[in-house]
Amino acid sequence: MSKTSRTGITMPAQAKKGTIIEIRAIAQHDMETGYRYTEDGKRIPRDIIQLFTCQYNGEEVFRSDFYPGTGANPLIIFTTEAVASGTLVFKWVGDGGYEAVNQAQITVS
Amino acid sequence: MTEFNPRSNPIKLSRRTYLSALGLFGLSSWMAPSLTMAKKPEAMEAIAKIAGSNTIRDGRVNLVIPPLVESGNLVVLKLSIESPMTANDYVKAVHVIAEENPSPNIFTAYFTSRSGRAELTTRVRLADSQRVWAIAQMSDGSFWRGYADTLVTLSACTEMI
Repeated sequence: MSKTSRTGITMPAQAKKGTIIEIRAIAQHDMETGYRYTEDGKRIPRDIIQLFTCQYNGEEVFRSDFYPGTGANPLIIFTTEAVASGTLVFKWVGDGGYEAVNQAQITVS
Repeated sequence: MTEFNPRSNPIKLSRRTYLSALGLFGLSSWMAPSLTMAKKPEAMEAIAKIAGSNTIRDGRVNLVIPPLVESGNLVVLKLSIESPMTANDYVKAVHVIAEENPSPNIFTAYFTSRSGRAELTTRVRLADSQRVWAIAQMSDGSFWRGYADTLVTLSACTEMI
């Protein structure tokens, strides 16, 4: 896996203050488990995303640890309360120096 | 060399029993790799490690996975935990543990009081037909659990490439 890859965020651009918004975050990643072997019997080393975080205007609102049991191209759908307009920063960190960052803007009225 | 005559065979090995035995043998050899890595004690150990000295109560955690999945490589897992999700009463974390996966931990999600709802959807790998547990840790220090059983026809994790 390369040092970074494509990621995608789906969430509403506008929300009323106090409502709960749904965020879908996906990262393109093989999530190699480390339990597979090639045809000539060599073990394929583990290569996974280990950590996903979501910061809302600098404050962490959601975090997730991934293990080899998480599927390829990890998709995670979670919620957060729309408190203020601003930026949500999403970050994925994984094996082999993998790091991906994505962000989205939200206008809260 | 004598000719094989089924009627004179003392153990009466009919074609049918012979073939079904062959089928069973084939099945058992197919299932053998999963037997060598039955990880239930390891999963229970992982759960015990999460809770520490606290007792885990049943309930409040609702885990949904399809009861029958064709491929264990990508299984949609939905999780919801009953909680008011206010500043002083919310779900801190939820740990998802699989009994028969080579590594019991699937993922851990950390909610905050700003999460709104303690709900989550993701996609997981399942190595075998098994029970999947979700252990939730509340902000008051209590632990709750829920589980879901599933049948997996094609297992993930160990296939050759």
